Amino acid sequence: MGENTFPLWLIPFLPLVGAFINGAFGYRLQRRFGEPVISAIGVSLPWISFILAAIGFVKLQGLPEGQAVISQLWTWVEVGEFKVDMAFAMDPLSAMMALAVTFVGSLIHIYSIGYMHKDDGYWRFFCYMNLFMFAMLTLVLADNLLLMFVGWEGVGLCSYLLIGFWYKDLNNAKAGMKAFVVNRIGDFGFLIGFFILFWSLGGEWSEAGYRTTGAFSLHFGSLPAMIDSMATKTLWGVPAPTLVGIFFFIGAAGKSAQIPLYIWLPDAMAGPTPVSALIHAATMVTAGVYMVARMNFLYVLTPTAMTVVALVGAVTALFAATIGCFQYDIKKVLAYSTVSQLGFMFIGVGVGAYWAGTYHLLTHAFFKACLFLCAGSVILAMHHEQDMRKMGGLGKPMPLTRWTYWIACVAIAGFPVASGFFSKDEILWQAFNTDALLIPGWIPWLLGFVAAGLTSFYMWRSYFMTFTGKTPEVHGHEPEEQRPAVTGVLVILAIGAILASFLGLPHLWMHIPSAIQQFLSPVFGAAANLKTAGYGHGTEWLLMIASVGVATLGLGIAWWLYRGRTSTIPERVLKTFPRIHKVVYNKYYVDEAYQATAIRGFLGLSRLSAWFDFKIVDGMVNGAGTITRAFAWIDGAIDTYIVDGIVNLVAQTVKAIGARLRRTQTGRLPTYLAGLVIGVIVLIVLTRFLSDVYG
Amino acid sequence: MPYHTTSTLLTWITFVPAIGVGVIGLLLGLKPLLKLKQGTLDRLSRLLALICSGASMVMCIALWSGFDSTNTGIQFVHHAVWIQAFNIEYFLGVDGLSITMIMLTGLICFVAVVASMPWGLPKENKEHFSRRSVPGYMAMILLLEMGMLGVFCALDFFLFYVFWEIMLLPMYFLIGIWGGPRREYAAIKFFLYTLAGSMLMLLGMIALYFASNPTTLIDGSPCAHTFNLIKLATENDFGTAGMLLGVAFPKIVWIGLFIAFAIKIPMFPFHTWLPDAHVEAPTPVSVILAGVLLKMGIYGILRICLPILPEATVWARYGIAIFGVINIVYAAFVCMAQKDLKKLIAYSSVSHMGFCLLGLAAFTSQGISGCVYQMWNHGIISPALFLITGVIYDRAHHREIEGFGGLAKQMPEYSAIVGLAFMASLGLPGLNGFISEALCLVGAFPVFTLLTVVSVLGVVITAAYYLWTIQRMFLGPLNQKYANLADLNWRERFTLYPLAAIMIILGVYPMPILHLMNQTLDELVAPLAAAVGL
Repeated sequence: MGENTFPLWLIPFLPLVGAFINGAFGYRLQRRFGEPVISAIGVSLPWISFILAAIGFVKLQGLPEGQAVISQLWTWVEVGEFKVDMAFAMDPLSAMMALAVTFVGSLIHIYSIGYMHKDDGYWRFFCYMNLFMFAMLTLVLADNLLLMFVGWEGVGLCSYLLIGFWYKDLNNAKAGMKAFVVNRIGDFGFLIGFFILFWSLGGEWSEAGYRTTGAFSLHFGSLPAMIDSMATKTLWGVPAPTLVGIFFFIGAAGKSAQIPLYIWLPDAMAGPTPVSALIHAATMVTAGVYMVARMNFLYVLTPTAMTVVALVGAVTALFAATIGCFQYDIKKVLAYSTVSQLGFMFIGVGVGAYWAGTYHLLTHAFFKACLFLCAGSVILAMHHEQDMRKMGGLGKPMPLTRWTYWIACVAIAGFPVASGFFSKDEILWQAFNTDALLIPGWIPWLLGFVAAGLTSFYMWRSYFMTFTGKTPEVHGHEPEEQRPAVTGVLVILAIGAILASFLGLPHLWMHIPSAIQQFLSPVFGAAANLKTAGYGHGTEWLLMIASVGVATLGLGIAWWLYRGRTSTIPERVLKTFPRIHKVVYNKYYVDEAYQATAIRGFLGLSRLSAWFDFKIVDGMVNGAGTITRAFAWIDGAIDTYIVDGIVNLVAQTVKAIGARLRRTQTGRLPTYLAGLVIGVIVLIVLTRFLSDVYG
Repeated sequence: MPYHTTSTLLTWITFVPAIGVGVIGLLLGLKPLLKLKQGTLDRLSRLLALICSGASMVMCIALWSGFDSTNTGIQFVHHAVWIQAFNIEYFLGVDGLSITMIMLTGLICFVAVVASMPWGLPKENKEHFSRRSVPGYMAMILLLEMGMLGVFCALDFFLFYVFWEIMLLPMYFLIGIWGGPRREYAAIKFFLYTLAGSMLMLLGMIALYFASNPTTLIDGSPCAHTFNLIKLATENDFGTAGMLLGVAFPKIVWIGLFIAFAIKIPMFPFHTWLPDAHVEAPTPVSVILAGVLLKMGIYGILRICLPILPEATVWARYGIAIFGVINIVYAAFVCMAQKDLKKLIAYSSVSHMGFCLLGLAAFTSQGISGCVYQMWNHGIISPALFLITGVIYDRAHHREIEGFGGLAKQMPEYSAIVGLAFMASLGLPGLNGFISEALCLVGAFPVFTLLTVVSVLGVVITAAYYLWTIQRMFLGPLNQKYANLADLNWRERFTLYPLAAIMIILGVYPMPILHLMNQTLDELVAPLAAAVGL
């Protein structure tokens, strides 16, 4: 199934080399030669990966439809039916992902040259970033589920390392740990789903236990053809595809920050801003969406799991958007916006519009990376101040940052001139039009629609708060525009956010399926048969206009309340409803609730276990010892006081002998060794003797 | 098919350390005669220990290269009659089950001997275990190595038992003489606990012996009963044997043997000797204890319970799996609450050995291979973890997790190695621990679906306690008390780096080890799988 001539494995491997060099020698290289050597290694290798990915993409275009570029290395694990190769594959979906990851990732590496300038851990930063590229590319290019899991956990590890990059502040370290542990809870779901999928492919559970009935595989290439055999099987009384779909989604929710596992992502903003842009906006957090899209052939079998995905996505989109409206930390606004946008992607892949979901993933990678990097530029200019209330008027001294942020805002808010509109609107339309869920399509549509309006509001709010009004002074002088390494990247990403529109111009306008839909269709063939509600073009036009309307409304309100930072209405509104504001500003106290229930329960249980182990289990062991000694004492007492007279003489003799024998207990090893040797000799002689007598 | 002697390599591997013990003993005896200084004697015995354990390790590599993984029978057989009167044979051999364990023992013992050298220690630290009664210490380590290798090589139950007991004494002395403040309590606890297990094994062995069918010894002479483990498995069907103490014979014998082995694993609720033993033992002894000694239990079950008493093993499989899950989850919870780094790592061993129990109880090829591979990986990772503990203890003279902080700045190389070992231990994909845990879980899932789901929870808890430990020890502001701690020295590098390399290599390419065991284990587990209808 595909071509085996192109060394795809180099794409993830090269950044790994970079990570190794900078990790092992970076400290010395940086001291000897300075930062340029570090960044030369750290930046060039991801770019080479990008070029390789582009070549792979061209190769893929040359292949017949439905085939993939494959690079088979060695048998990784093989035990019985469980056979997994170390192999990479590039089909249209992974080609799109690989290109996006290497392109946006390499740009952010360039940006980091400027951003991390003069940081002690410069080498460490590039080491971790390259390691992340390796893991992410392994994730998207893996040819099977187990190898995908390597990347899956690998990105989690790098995220942990990078969130806690400035580890001397314990809060950063804690945020990193939170991210890893919550991701692990997701991985729990992924693993269970993985087990059920594997075993229900080639066998089934019945009253009598498990029976093997057919073939097993974990390779993405062969799974779609085999998946139908799974449809009728059940475990715990639930259809297997539904179970797998839901467990995989738990994994996706952990990685892609969906309810109830989204809590780590806002805290993850403790990391350096390029990390937030690369990992916590453009790439890693979209891994869950990618996985659901990758497993589309499974999800189409199970309306229940599809409904769960779409509904959780829709609720998360709205929920996070409401929090985003009330945050003052610019990175927190963007973080909740990311959670919300990921919710949109899950609406897409949940309702079976896989290409729309992944298209939104792609456009989001551009505009959200751009937003984060702009925020980073602002934060640098403000000397690491992130509170938007202390900013304002930065548009004048920082025109490039301002206009790129503006373009990205247009894109994310959903105006039909930049990419975000096309992807988001396609998702909302497909949600409205679906009939494949257990619930009517207008429910996720409505949630998403409201969330879209809020998105427009909070994004423009952040824009006006940051860039309009009076310019503040920081440390006695005006904030300045950043170096070209920073602003150049912003410009490229902003252009990308506009150009990505052309990949997905709607069917409604062009009368042909969009380029990205056609390109991805071989991967998402299974979705073609999903039921739709069959609304016509009129409805689609209507919804599109409504989308633009709600985006404009959001912009209008933000304009009214925050433009120029002169209006006092926001403060008065907040004073009128202090309680609601407090609840939303504090993110509905979800973190506190988790702290009070799950974490306290967990720690309590661990203390209880330790107590039980020490007092009860070990207590019984020590108790057994004490009882034995008590019996021995009673025994001794009987001996001493009752049979005393009779045994006295014997006891005296024993005592005397004992006193002499005590001398052998020298505590010196030579003596013991000698005893051992003598003992062995005696034994041998004895056995000889015995065998002569009896043998 | 009788196994005739084909090679004496195993005898050499096993007894080369014993030669070391003999020479050290001789030197001690001749010390006044040769007018040896204590310092010279110390250096000589260190050298001897290095040579003997090194030679054993090199021969293990030779064994590996000569081993035919497609042959599921016994290889490198050394077979002779030992005590004719009791039908006891000297029967050494290796198959896909024991080869990995023998290699592991060779490697870990050498690492432990290197870790026992005082290289790089400050001169004034005279009370360090590596400077106290050196000849005795080295003799005990070598004797221990001999015992362990013997257990893995022996295929005669009596010989197995003898080696099993030989391990006990040196361990007792190593903890009791060179250990920490509560060494006597820990040593006695270890000794009595394992001795109780040995008694059960002795009884089980005698019961099996007297229930076995007449056969012949290797020299052709007839015998009424046999200790030969291969013959006990192939020529006897204990499933049809009668009652003993009112219980079916195979079941009661199985329970006795299983408890004997469970103590060594250690399995809940027989595990409490382990944290005490680890906390008091000097670093290299902990390395051996965690790396090799803990494997005895599972190895014994696989070598004796499974093939000789298959019916009873099938009967007990749910029990084994449940105890496996308790080990995994319960011990992980206990880890979370530990304040002493070494105790935490000791409990994590308990947790990780639970995967072996779960894997082997399923009787699937993935489960059983996962079980043995998990033993191997744990045998690589946990020694590294104990070496890591030793590094910090040698410098700070305590192991309180809360007592550190911010060490990453001060000891970057050490921190990186700790991070790697912790990640391997928590099962990060791409490192070796993941493969074996995943295999155990994959193998167990079709049979014990819900129990496996519960054990996967252990994976989450494991991540939590390791990361929390990293956070408390290495991150945050540097504790100024430790602003002058030195990073790794060459001795520590020499012990840690090879283990770290193995963690990475066997994570991306585990087949060299899996190939060795797969076929033997498949054959071992096939009758049991058939019995449960898999």
